[in-house]
Amino acid sequence: MKVNVTVNGVAHSVDHVWALESLLDFLRERVGLRGTKNACEQGECGSCSVYVDGVLVCSCLVAAVQVEGRSVVTVEGLASGGGVHPVQQAFLDAGAVQCGFCTPGMVVAAHCLLAGNPEPDDLTVREELSGNLCRCTGYQKILDAVNLAAERSGEAP
Amino acid sequence: MTVTETPTRVATPSVVDGVGASAARPDGLPKVDGSFIYSSDEYHDGSLWGVTLRSPHPRARILGIDTSQAEGLDGVRCVLTHRDVPGSRTYGMKVYDQPVLAFDEVRYQGEPVAVVAATHPEIARRACGLIVVDYEELVPNTDPEMSLTGQVEGLFGGGLARHIRIRHGDVGAARAAADVVVEGRYELGTQDPAFLGPESGLAVPLGDGGVELYVSCQNLHLDQQQVADCLGLPLDKVRLVLSGVGGAFGGKEDLNVHIHACMLALRTARPVRMVYSREESFFGHVHRHPAIADIELGAARDGRLVFTRVRLVLDGGAYTSTSQVVIANGCYFAAGAYDVANVEIDGFATYTNNPPCGAMRGFGAVQSCYAIESAMDRLAAALDMHPLELRMRNAIGEGDLLPTGQPVDGPAPVQEILAYLRDLPLPPDADHAAADMRTRPGGVGNVTRGEGIRRGVGYALGMKAIGFSGGMDDTCTARVTVWIREGEPVAEVYCAGPELGQGVVTLEAQIARSELGVRTVELRDKDTDIEESGASSASRQSWMTAGAVVGACGLVRDEILARAGAFLGLPAGGLVLDGAEICDPDGRPLVSVADVLGPESVSHPFTYRHRPTEPVDPERGQGNAHIAFAYAAHRAVVDVDVELGLVRVVEMATAQDVGKAMNPAGVEGQIEGGTVQGLGLAVMEELQITGGRVRNPSFTDYLIPTMLDVPPMPMKIFEFPHPDSPYGLNGVGEPPNLSSTPAVVNALRNATGLELPRAPVRPSDLVVEPSVATGYA
Repeated sequence: MKVNVTVNGVAHSVDHVWALESLLDFLRERVGLRGTKNACEQGECGSCSVYVDGVLVCSCLVAAVQVEGRSVVTVEGLASGGGVHPVQQAFLDAGAVQCGFCTPGMVVAAHCLLAGNPEPDDLTVREELSGNLCRCTGYQKILDAVNLAAERSGEAP
Repeated sequence: MTVTETPTRVATPSVVDGVGASAARPDGLPKVDGSFIYSSDEYHDGSLWGVTLRSPHPRARILGIDTSQAEGLDGVRCVLTHRDVPGSRTYGMKVYDQPVLAFDEVRYQGEPVAVVAATHPEIARRACGLIVVDYEELVPNTDPEMSLTGQVEGLFGGGLARHIRIRHGDVGAARAAADVVVEGRYELGTQDPAFLGPESGLAVPLGDGGVELYVSCQNLHLDQQQVADCLGLPLDKVRLVLSGVGGAFGGKEDLNVHIHACMLALRTARPVRMVYSREESFFGHVHRHPAIADIELGAARDGRLVFTRVRLVLDGGAYTSTSQVVIANGCYFAAGAYDVANVEIDGFATYTNNPPCGAMRGFGAVQSCYAIESAMDRLAAALDMHPLELRMRNAIGEGDLLPTGQPVDGPAPVQEILAYLRDLPLPPDADHAAADMRTRPGGVGNVTRGEGIRRGVGYALGMKAIGFSGGMDDTCTARVTVWIREGEPVAEVYCAGPELGQGVVTLEAQIARSELGVRTVELRDKDTDIEESGASSASRQSWMTAGAVVGACGLVRDEILARAGAFLGLPAGGLVLDGAEICDPDGRPLVSVADVLGPESVSHPFTYRHRPTEPVDPERGQGNAHIAFAYAAHRAVVDVDVELGLVRVVEMATAQDVGKAMNPAGVEGQIEGGTVQGLGLAVMEELQITGGRVRNPSFTDYLIPTMLDVPPMPMKIFEFPHPDSPYGLNGVGEPPNLSSTPAVVNALRNATGLELPRAPVRPSDLVVEPSVATGYA
């Protein structure tokens, strides 16, 4: 099958996509964007979180052929015009990264959370990000990072 | 007393992001923007995919393997079995007993039998389905108690991997004199490391018949040795490069894709990628040993412990891995962080046809800490004494003798650690009816408005050795090179100590900045071209790497000063290196490092060794086996819905001595992460195994804590400098994993009044009044 999709603003037209190929495999192997991670293949861990037409999804649970004509944004596409997005910067500054395998998905999910709720309380952050597993940090510094990003966003003019 | 000063000389105290700063990770930026290359991201033009065929049976004889159909599938490049292993057909960290590919019998479910290389992973998987293995199923031996006989047919050693005996004092006499004696049996299920980054790697065949392997692992050189032995190649034909590691926690100490990927690459003369799925990962690495501990404690009426008797059984599963060392470590600390004169410990590691167990964060001491801390609460109840008071009354201190006869040297601030937990205010009682449902047991399931909820508070204390014990000559080598770029000195640090996420790369850069005053530090890729650094395990890598990097920086500094002395015609002894300048003792710049070095570089390796240790004797387990000890304690607060058995952990407070917080944010991250892994083991994490078969090899069925399961974690970090270590640091990674689990379980016991002898504690264990809850009598 052929799939036409915009990924991080760039149009891709890919031939010979398998019927059951996941969007995750498509992004990693066909488009060459390996920032989106595969850690469970079941939608449990959130490591493969991306946006499809602005909606947060686990790309392991979406078939590549389902994104025909749609727009996908991955961790590589969060920052505009070089550098990193403020959410990514907050993860760095809060020490929220250890092994980092969960980080791309966590950053995309945190980006989505803050886009819809710029000042979430701690319980809301915990609930909203509970679909993203992290095995290293114990989550405290991830919570700190989201709060830091929210705080900075509130301070911005 | 909290000591925060470091005794070690620092060249330029004003250095930015040196030792003691929460410096940023050098790999942080690529990890947040998605460009960091993990072993599962490794890619090479023209690479094939490798896939493993694994045994569906926990025990079976292999009568034959027919690969012809698989080989005939379009896209398949080769199918390899045990007949194709070029060198040693077995490997292992301590004992070569694990087959590269099964050749006579399969001894656990998931044991590798064949590997396939194909142009697409799906083709390789289909080819695996076409391999016909003729198995004669055998009855698996899955009961570790049976294995203790050492007489079980079909198991190595008849089932017994090692018996550790520790005898100290006179337990018989002490027992007769004790005022209070309690006994109990405590069991712990099998925990999985559940790192998020799966086992994976890329093998690239080289023109000279050798191979290069990009892989995630915990010890490049030990892996290189095993891979070379099994490939039948000399060491210099097998080069390992550390790829990005997505967590490890002990589960990447044993080999996974290594030999298979190399065999496929050498046979096909093509690069080969292998990436385990999550399900395969559960079969592709070792787990934490499940444990059964029988404990007897005796105390005087005032609470002083007079004897401790422990029998600890750890099931190691089908192959040895590190079982013989895990049981030793479990036994060394089976009496806990307590001063007790009379101790008898018998520890047994067994073989069965269960999945192999080996290293996992805490390394045997997690199991024994869970047992002794459970028993201490039982003793406190028998004495009608507060559990924290009992612990403080018996806490081990500097100079006290361990059960192995070794005096505790180095700081042992157990009283300070416990006092922090004693003095920390408890979180306020919850008004469940009014509270957000997400704060109640059952959460958004909205199963209670507060009825049936009981609060509990639990304490636990843990200790373990830091670094390799028992007479091992442990070394770590680093090379530091300084040269001039655009007028500024640049330092490069080269050390093979694996970065797993714990942040040793951050420390390498911090140390070079502090020791040399340089602003720019570059870190070379970690590979086997340099001498070994040992494993990132046993909470040892920061200590060992720091020793090596400090040493190499010292040699580089000495040579730069000698060169400057020659350049200036002054004795080098009076010169000081201050970043880009050579100064006189008063700090006045005399010449720039750039002028002294010109286009040349200065480069030195340094090999660090910690102080020697000795093995314990086999009869009484006595000996000075350890270089250092670390201590941590937890206080857990839980809410339990005793009608439904649902738990919410309300708070996990902890205190730990780290010697020197080399990177405070990194230290906090280790303590928070370790605490949460322990919380998981207390209430949700268990690899369920029946008849040798794993029932829940997925993240849908093996649950690890989510962000919503994790409470606030107030903590206190003590910095009592260790006298023997670089900067006074101590190991940090494992101690928070010890006391976390028993603190939570003790809190559950406190809330419910139940004995709860087994963890992880399941909802059905916690229902206090089933007749009320279910209506059944």
